[in-house]
Amino acid sequence: MSDRRRVVVTGMGAITPVGLDVTATWKSVTSGVSGVGPITLFDAGDYRTQIAAEVSDWDPSAHFDAKELRRLDRFSEFFIVAARQAIAHAGLEFTTDEDLASRAGVMVGAGFGGMGAFIEEITTLVERGPDRVSPTGVPRIIPNMAAGLVSIEHNLTGPVSCVVTACSASANAIGDAAEIIRRGAADVMVAGGAEASITTFGIATFAQARAMSTRNDDPQGASRPFDADRDGFVMGEGGGVLILESLEHARARGAEIYAEVTGYGMSADAYHITLPKPGGTGAAKAMKAALEDARLDPSDIGYINAHGTSTPANDSTETAAIKIAMGDAAYGIPVSSTKSMTGHILGGAGAVEAIIAIEAMRHGVLPPTINYTTPDPECDLDYVPNEAREAEMRHVMSNSFGFGGHNATLIFSAL
Amino acid sequence: MDREQVAERLVNVLVSELGLDAEKINDEAHFEEDLDVDSLGVVELLMALEDEFDVKIPDEEAESIMTVGQAIDLVHSKLNS
Repeated sequence: MSDRRRVVVTGMGAITPVGLDVTATWKSVTSGVSGVGPITLFDAGDYRTQIAAEVSDWDPSAHFDAKELRRLDRFSEFFIVAARQAIAHAGLEFTTDEDLASRAGVMVGAGFGGMGAFIEEITTLVERGPDRVSPTGVPRIIPNMAAGLVSIEHNLTGPVSCVVTACSASANAIGDAAEIIRRGAADVMVAGGAEASITTFGIATFAQARAMSTRNDDPQGASRPFDADRDGFVMGEGGGVLILESLEHARARGAEIYAEVTGYGMSADAYHITLPKPGGTGAAKAMKAALEDARLDPSDIGYINAHGTSTPANDSTETAAIKIAMGDAAYGIPVSSTKSMTGHILGGAGAVEAIIAIEAMRHGVLPPTINYTTPDPECDLDYVPNEAREAEMRHVMSNSFGFGGHNATLIFSAL
Repeated sequence: MDREQVAERLVNVLVSELGLDAEKINDEAHFEEDLDVDSLGVVELLMALEDEFDVKIPDEEAESIMTVGQAIDLVHSKLNS
């Protein structure tokens, strides 16, 4: 540990269904505000699931001109704007500092990328033929483009890449970006993720997989992680970005430091394409790896922002996993799922929830799991039910798991 | 349709569909140099004109279009041939 560089968080940005920046999002998730409602992005009348957590006040023309918008999928818009917020929050200006920009990079995580653009282009192909397909189809669809666009906008010429690990993607992006700084390949990384898959195909296929809530008559009560009556996840959208920086670089420029990235653990279930491994041993392995990376004991962890999707399988399995990884300490650690309010932002979830975990530590406030009314015997931890509460914490954990059996755990610590 | 009518509709496509800067558009404006249209943008431009005027613009004809005026002339001649 002594020979690796320490990595800190010096800026944050977020576009979520409950706020168009970090401050608004934090206020909502500590007030128990749900971002879920009937789907308005398309006519979902024929769909099993007709609800989602949309970024309802999103006005792309406030951020991009008409020419730029022709080449952007909604997921890239979220990532680029969250990155602008985070960069400004960190007090960084790359375009006027070539040396700084050459030591800075971007890591984006996304489950899909430009799903809306993909649907549009495939529809054009089928309905109007190959010579009507847009030449900008590829740059709008590929998930790495969000990182490429941020690199172009800010002239960042260091490591720029992309992680595509479904719902653990942006947690992996943050962890992988921290590793890049730890080994000295960059001083600053713009890291996070975004998703915008509240689309015809996105809703249809998850609904067919029976993974989503069909509580269409009660949108705000539909995402109910750890509750006995949970019936699936509610899709969210948005993006989150963290500015990661080596500790010495942050100190040298007198930057405000919001947290240290102390632990990153990853593992695979090696079990099933969509289901978590029963018993939770796969997820537990990632949590243990993160604790080991951070050189921390389970009892050091003051809060866990759970993956907590509100699917029957995830929440009981994650509970079991927490008990394996944390041992006797598990019952004393508050665990909440802010997906109860934001919905599941899929590839963007890890970044948004990392930000919420850091804000919890900074403010000494635990955001609640809302809609928690009926205990499930298989989910018997402290889920911070329904109301935020105050707590002191020095170290916080955030879990993210993805289809394919990916498990990622991040630990952030107060400096 | 006379050349002026073609020009009006074509400029409207350039601004409203392709998002080009209206103030920089004139007959002599060079797509690449003056209006910042890249190689992908050229293809988008051709597709938009084909849709707007219901014409076909084959690649070999498209290659000769460098300026707004040339685009207007090409569409105008196609509509009147």
